[in-house]
Order: sequence, then structure tokens, then C-alpha cells
Amino acid sequence: MGCISCAGFVIAMSETDAVTLRLKEPTTIPIEADSICPDLFVGRSQAGIESLPAFYGRRKVTLGDLFTVEGENSDQVIVEGALRYVKKIGQRMTRGRVVVRGDVGLHLGAYMRGGEIVVEGNAGDWAGAHMQGGRIWIRGNAGHLLGAAYRGEKRGMNGGVIIVEGNAGREVGALMRRGLIVVLGDVDEFAGVRMITGSIFVSGRLGARAGAGMKRGTIVAFADHAELLPTFRYDCRFQPTFLRCYLLQLHAWGMSIDDDRLEGFYRRYHGDLTTLGKGEILIYDQR
Amino acid sequence: MIGIINGEVYDPQNGVNGQICEIWVENGKIVPPPDLEKRGGAQIIDASGMVVMPGGVDIHSHIVGAKVNAGRKFRPEDHRDHVRSRTAYTRSGSGYTVPSTFLTGYGYAELGYTTVMEAATAPLTARHTHEELEDTPMVDKGVFITMGNNHFIMNCIRTKQLEKARHYVAWLLGASKGYAIKIVNPGGVENWKWGRNVSTLDDEVIGFGVTPRQIITALAWINDELGLPHTPHIHGINLGQPGSARTTVETIKALEGRRAHLCHLQFLSYGGEPGKSLRSGALEVARAVNEHPNITVDIGQVVFGQVTTMTSDGPLQYRLHQLTGQKWINDDVEGETGGGIVPMEYKRRNWINAIQWITGLELFLLIEDPWRVFLTTDHPNAGPFFCYPQVIKLLMDRDYRAEMLEKVHPRARKRTVLAELDREYSLYEIAIITRAGTARALGLKNKGHLGLGADADIAIYRKMDDKEAMFARPYLVLKDGQIVVRDGQVLHEYQGRTLYVAPSYDPGVESDLRTHFEECYTVSFENYPVAPDYLPRSEVVSCT
Ligand SMILES: [Zn+2]
Repeated sequence: MGCISCAGFVIAMSETDAVTLRLKEPTTIPIEADSICPDLFVGRSQAGIESLPAFYGRRKVTLGDLFTVEGENSDQVIVEGALRYVKKIGQRMTRGRVVVRGDVGLHLGAYMRGGEIVVEGNAGDWAGAHMQGGRIWIRGNAGHLLGAAYRGEKRGMNGGVIIVEGNAGREVGALMRRGLIVVLGDVDEFAGVRMITGSIFVSGRLGARAGAGMKRGTIVAFADHAELLPTFRYDCRFQPTFLRCYLLQLHAWGMSIDDDRLEGFYRRYHGDLTTLGKGEILIYDQR
Repeated sequence: MIGIINGEVYDPQNGVNGQICEIWVENGKIVPPPDLEKRGGAQIIDASGMVVMPGGVDIHSHIVGAKVNAGRKFRPEDHRDHVRSRTAYTRSGSGYTVPSTFLTGYGYAELGYTTVMEAATAPLTARHTHEELEDTPMVDKGVFITMGNNHFIMNCIRTKQLEKARHYVAWLLGASKGYAIKIVNPGGVENWKWGRNVSTLDDEVIGFGVTPRQIITALAWINDELGLPHTPHIHGINLGQPGSARTTVETIKALEGRRAHLCHLQFLSYGGEPGKSLRSGALEVARAVNEHPNITVDIGQVVFGQVTTMTSDGPLQYRLHQLTGQKWINDDVEGETGGGIVPMEYKRRNWINAIQWITGLELFLLIEDPWRVFLTTDHPNAGPFFCYPQVIKLLMDRDYRAEMLEKVHPRARKRTVLAELDREYSLYEIAIITRAGTARALGLKNKGHLGLGADADIAIYRKMDDKEAMFARPYLVLKDGQIVVRDGQVLHEYQGRTLYVAPSYDPGVESDLRTHFEECYTVSFENYPVAPDYLPRSEVVSCT
């Protein structure tokens, strides 16, 4: 997979139908805004949306205190402004669509069950944590623990799709149980750590110790080199049919897929042999 | 002065069984009814339609210390969704099976409990335990000190120097500000350091040439010689194993009439053969308990739901980890003990868990003398302490019990006598197994009753048919004569006392100890004892 065209993906949102929130003032005080969730905006007037609760630091405030709100009663949401410290946008959403114009803070779309989030900038750590369905599309970079499990929990992402056009940090898809994570840039170390099942595709550099402790699941490295743990064993070189299906779907969503990757050969390794060892890492083989 | 009038009083220690009588309180103690003149100035609590009991006394719970705190850190998922905000009078906290210290204190008080014993602390970590106890408000508390795998004691037993061991135990209790001798899987925890365990009372402890039987009998003898208020508090061998009922009965016999308390007996009362299928061994164990008046027990009743198992029994925890695939902490406390932590969930539809649940209830119902069987869930091993009201309902209401039994795995139901047991506990008996009996077994003369001179620790419950609802939300709780809980909510924080013993010993033992510390310990002899300023409010309970 190489570059990407989103033309086919981002269906132009009719701005007149959408609820637009604009952060009034840039801030470095963390804002907890799990009330920015399409489910909560449906059936609410503008005043109703303004009165939804949020936390400004430890202070309990309303969305109206922090954001100017335009529009009402819609599951189409646009959020604008300097949102790097705004956390939990789209948390637990089940429907509709949130477009973030710029960077966004931690826990974006955590526990999300449906609908769609598009971030035009970068996202903070824990985006899509415990996600169960729907789609998160991040145009910039993602932080650490993308689609991961919160500390102590037994399983993380359990469905849905996360696409990151830039890079992602450490522990992408930690304890992932189901679903697909696609990163077009590089990922840092421990991608797919203790993965249970699910799929992680990485176009750029796959960081060290990928798949450490994985039981099942698939990690695909589209670059032709990856440094693997010694507890992964080489199986064969082959053309995986399932991968073709996945890539064609991504193509249908508007991503440009390189023919070499679609038709090419991959080396298969299985592991992690310190656990069940039924996971696989596929590395594109240029020969 | 406070007067509690018109209440149905349950004070088994003084033979009061539901009679309407007045309880008067002044300066933290129960006092005689005042003359009319003084009555005028008193605060009167009208307890019409209510049940008045002494404050609850928990004889076995894991609430503070190194392993509990490791459990908290180990389980962020136990805390994430269980938070309590601070109020003007109370602090915030979090945690479900392993709540933070303040929350633990509030939680106990909100059930009407006013005294709680922390069931196991390695002497080396006692300082940490006392630091957390200082932050556990509302209740009086004490700490049991693990000694069943202590190198110094085992060496004394091998060289037949029981007198020296006795002086050491006395010194150790004073140094750790402990309340009682705790024995956990004697010899087995030491053998686990070699990847082994013990399975009979006569197995050898590797490197010491002693046996679990010798450790138990030596410590029981020492306990009597020192005249400690409580008995040795024993978690026996083979805990959780099929066939443990047999070794439990052997342990009772091995004590040869010496007083002892066997804790969370449910986990040690399984029939069947080791390595084979599990069944309840409650009949066999209850018979032995009934025949031996020197024995008291608490049950460690399983409550279906989330728990965090934590014990000094290291090999057991490894086995649980292997069995359940859950995460695991293993611990080694130098020459003293070890331990482990494994989170778990007890499920109705899991036949093994169902048998454990049944075994506990059978023991409650088959052991005849309520003064010798006590209510615990071995918090947080078999269930969280705040589930006690549910256990009380199971004991008091046989229809509810039958209904619950219908819901467990059918395979477990097939092999049980529980369905045939009609016994229902009375309020009087509940007062015994939750306060009067436990206070007596602990040797706490001022607790567990409402006689003159007793500590004014009192719980008042609204009388209801649903005993779970009744005991979950006391109308009022008094601690040392102050109203600290109203309608199941803490009104203000109160610092309880730490109870400990300080038996006398021959200072001659200290020179041996100094050498032992130089050779074996990471801390020096001088730095080892817990200094008194770690206990801001304390009371020495005297030995006899
Ligand atoms: Zn215990």
C-alpha cells in the first residue's frame, strides 16, 4: 500500500445538517468531553447540547462553557479548534459521524461500537481503546496504544477498523481480540503485544518485538524487512488469499493498493512460541 | 450520654435474645441506665422496630499490607469502574475486590462492623501493614503474623529448642506489633521455594528436617505457653485440593486438644482423591469440628462474582494461575514466608465453583455450635466482605437458599446434602457468628457484647424480612460511643485502635537473633521492629 486518496471515503458532509462545535479558547488544561458523542446529540436542541456535561480539569462544566455550538438534533458532528487536550471524543458512540478538524487528545473513540470518526490531524494515545465496531480514520499520526486494552483488562479492541495514514506509537493493538488496524506509516515497538486475534497491517517500518506474547492473529509488514523476536519460527513463502480480500476492501474504501503487494509473496512466521504460538507475522517478500 | 431505647437487643454473650431493653453509652463504654435527672440531658435513639447488636467483629480478612497493596496495583481493572468521590467528611477511593484503605474502613463501618483482623502479614512487611492500618479508619484492627514457614522457628524445632522458639515468637509479635500467630501451609510455602509443596502432615520441609505436624504442634504449644488472647490461626495444608478434608481432620487430631482456629475452612473441606474430581467433604470435617471443642473455624464462604485471591500459600497460587490462565504474582519473603496473587471469577455455572459454594454452606449448617463457626468470605479470596449480607440471607432463609441452589451447575447439585439441610440461622445465631463468637475467639473481652464496661461499638439495623437488605444498610452504627454511620452512610471519619500483644520473653534470645539477622536478613536487627510511632492509636491486649 502506498499513498492514499480519501476522495472516495470522506463523503462530503452536508454542513448545514451537522452540529458544529468550536473550542472557544486554546488550552493546556485537559478537557474530558465524552459527551461529544453523536448518540447524545440526536434529539437535542442546541441548548440541550450546550448543557451536556464536561470536565475542564477537575471542574465540572458544560459543553456550552467550552465550545460554541451550532446546529441541533443530528448525528453528524464537526469539532474544530485546538483540540489536543480534549479527551474522549466519540467515546462509546454507536452511530453517526464525527469529523475532527485538527489534532485531538487521548481516548478518541474508546469503547466505540459503531459509526465513524475522521481526524484530520493527529490523535493522542489510546485512540480506539476497547473499540467494538465502527471505523476510525486518522489522517495524521496516532499515539501509543492504538486500539489497545486499558491496563489490567484481559482484551482490547474487539471489532471495527482503525486506519492511520501517518505513524503510530508503541503497543498498537495490545491484547486485540478482533478487528483491523491499518497503519500506513511506521509503528513503534510491541505492535500486537499479547494479541488474542485480529489483524494489524503496517506499511512502514514494523517496530521491534512485534507480536510479543501473541496467541493468534495476524500482523502483516508490507515493508520487506522486519526484525522479529527469536520466538517466531519461519514457515514458508506464499501468496495469502485472505490478504487479497482485505486489500481489495481497503481499495474500495479509497486507498490505493500497490499491485506488488496485492499479487506478491509473503514470508510467514508463527509465534509467539512463549505462549500458544498460533499467531502469524507475514512479511512482504520482494524477490 | 446516649440511650438506645425500644430496640430488640441481640447480645448472645450476655444471653439477651431479642428482648426489648435499653442500652446506655457514655465515654465510649456501655454504662448502667442513668437516673431520671441525667436521662434528661441524654441523646435518645428510638430503636423501635429495630435490631440492636454489638458492632461486627471480623476474624479473618485481607485488607492491608504488602500483598493487598500488590493486589491493588496488579488490578487497575478492579478500580477503573469502582470509584467513590470524596464528601465533606470522607475521602475518595477506588476498588471493588481490593478497595483502597479508606474505602475499606468506610465499607466495613457501613455494614455495622467495628473491628477487623488483617489475616496475614509477614513480619518483615509489618511496617507497611501498620502504615496502611493507620489509613484504615472507622474500625479497630489487629494483624496476624505468619510464622508457619519461618526459618528461625523451624531451626528451633529441629534442634528441639522449643523454649527458644517460644521466646522468639514473643519477641516477634512485639516487634511486628502483631495480634496472633498465623500459620499458612506449614512447610509447603518453604518447599515451594524449591518448586515443591507438602501434601501430608509428615512430609519433610526441605533443608530443615521438620514436618508440618511438628510446626503446627510447636506453635500451638507456644501459643498456650504465652497465653495469647487468640489461638493459633491455621490455614492448613492441601488447601483447594480434592482430599483436603482428610488432611484437615488429621490436623484437628494432631492438635491433641490444644486450642486452634482453622480459617476459611471451606477451602480445606473437599472430598475425593488428590488430582481427581472434587466433591464436598463438609460432612467429614463438620463431624470432626463438632467432636473437638478446642477448635473454632471460619468458613470463607464463596460468593459468585469477581474476587482477587491472595495468600502466603505460594504453591497454591501457582496452581490457580495454571488452572485459570489468569495473571499471577509470586512472592518470596526472605526466610519468613512467600505468597501469591491471582484474580478470579466464581461462576454459578462452573461446577467446581458451585461445589465450593455448596461446601461452605454445608459447613455453616452442619457445625452445630455457633460459638465455634464464624462468618467470613476470606475477603477478597472467596468474595468481597461487603457481600456478608448475602451470606447471612443464605443462612437465615432456606427458601432463598433452595432457589439459589437451583441456579448452580447441576453436576454440583447431584453430589450434595445441602438440599436436605433445613436449618435456618436465627438473629441470635447471626449475632454469634458475626460478633459475639468472633470476639470471644479473639479474646477481646470488651467487644462482641453490650454488657457493662464493653466498648460502645453498636450496630442498629431496621428489622426486615429480606435479611440481605437489612444487614446491608444499618440505621446507625456507633463506634466508641459516637454515631459514625447513619442509613448505611459514613457520617464522619473516626480513627480506630490497633490492637496488639506484647508477651514477655527472655532477652537472652536477642543475641541469637542478632546473629541470625546478620547471616540471613537484608535488614539489620535494629531496624526490624516496628516502632511505636507507626501506631498512632493503639491498645495492648494482655496475655493471660
Ligand atoms: Zn485468608
